[in-house]
Amino acid sequence: MKATTQHLKTTLRNLLVVLACMNGDVLAAPQTFDFKDPKGVNNATFRLDAPLEAISGNATGISGTVAFDPAAPAATKGKIIVATSSLRVGNPMQQEHMLGDKWLDAAKHPEISFDAKTLENVKTQSGTITADVTGILRLKGISKEITVPVKLTYLKDKLGQRVPNQKGDLLVIRANFTIKRSDFGIMPGQMEEKVADTIELTLSIAGAAPR
Amino acid sequence: MSKKVLRIAAVILLLAAVALWGATGANHGWTKTSVPVQRTDEVTGITVDDYQKRFVPGIDFLGLALLGSGILLGASFLFRNR
Repeated sequence: MKATTQHLKTTLRNLLVVLACMNGDVLAAPQTFDFKDPKGVNNATFRLDAPLEAISGNATGISGTVAFDPAAPAATKGKIIVATSSLRVGNPMQQEHMLGDKWLDAAKHPEISFDAKTLENVKTQSGTITADVTGILRLKGISKEITVPVKLTYLKDKLGQRVPNQKGDLLVIRANFTIKRSDFGIMPGQMEEKVADTIELTLSIAGAAPR
Repeated sequence: MSKKVLRIAAVILLLAAVALWGATGANHGWTKTSVPVQRTDEVTGITVDDYQKRFVPGIDFLGLALLGSGILLGASFLFRNR
C-alpha cells in the first residue's frame, strides 16, 4: 500500500513537471514579430559627417518580420525593410537630391532591406540579449553581407500597454553600425568633402507578436 | 529720392534677414523647412524624431539676403545726384 502511494506521488509529480514544461518556454516555438508599427516610432537614423557638411535624418517607413524564440535567441531570423521614400532630412533640396536618381534612386529602388541569417556571440544579461547578427543588406540594388552588433529586448505581455485590448509580446531591436555608401554604388568617390562616405546608422524598432 | 529709398530698402532687407536668422536660432547649416521633434514611446523606450513643418533660415538665406541687398544698393547708384 505504501509503495503504491509512493508510486502515485512520483507519477503525479512527473505529470506536473510535464504540464509545467508544456505551458512554459521549454516547448515554446519561435514567435513571429511584426515590425509594422502602428505608433510610428520605429525608426532608423543616419548621419554623414563630411569635412564641409554634416547630414542627418531618419526613416520611419519600417516593416518586416522576425522569428524569435526567447528560449533560443541564437535561432533568430527575419527581414527588416525600410521604405526608401520615408528617408527624411530637414532641407528640401537635400531631400530631393537624396531620393533622386544620382543618390538613392528611390523610384527604381523603393526598398532598403536587411535579411538576418545567423546570430553569433549571443549573450543574455538581465532580460537583454546582445549578439552579432550576420545578414544581407540590400541598398540601391546591391546586396552585401554585413555583421552588425544588436541588442534584443523581449517584453513579455507588454503589447497590451501599447495596443489596448491586445494580448501579446514585444521585441525591441536596437543596433548601431556603419556602412560605406561607396560599397553600395552610391556616387562612389564623389563629393566626399560634402557627403561623407561613411554612414552612421542607428536602428530602434519594436515588433509585436499578438496572441 | 529713389536713390535714398533703394539704399534704405537694402539696409532694411539685410537687417530683417539677420534678425530673422538670429531669432530662429542662428542656424549655421542650410535652410530647413522641417525640423525634428523628439517623441519617446513609454513602453519600448524608443525615441523617434518626428519632422514638423517649420521654416528655419540658414546661411543660404543670409547669402540671398546679402545678394538682394547688394542689388538694391547697386541699383541705387544708377540714379544720378540732382
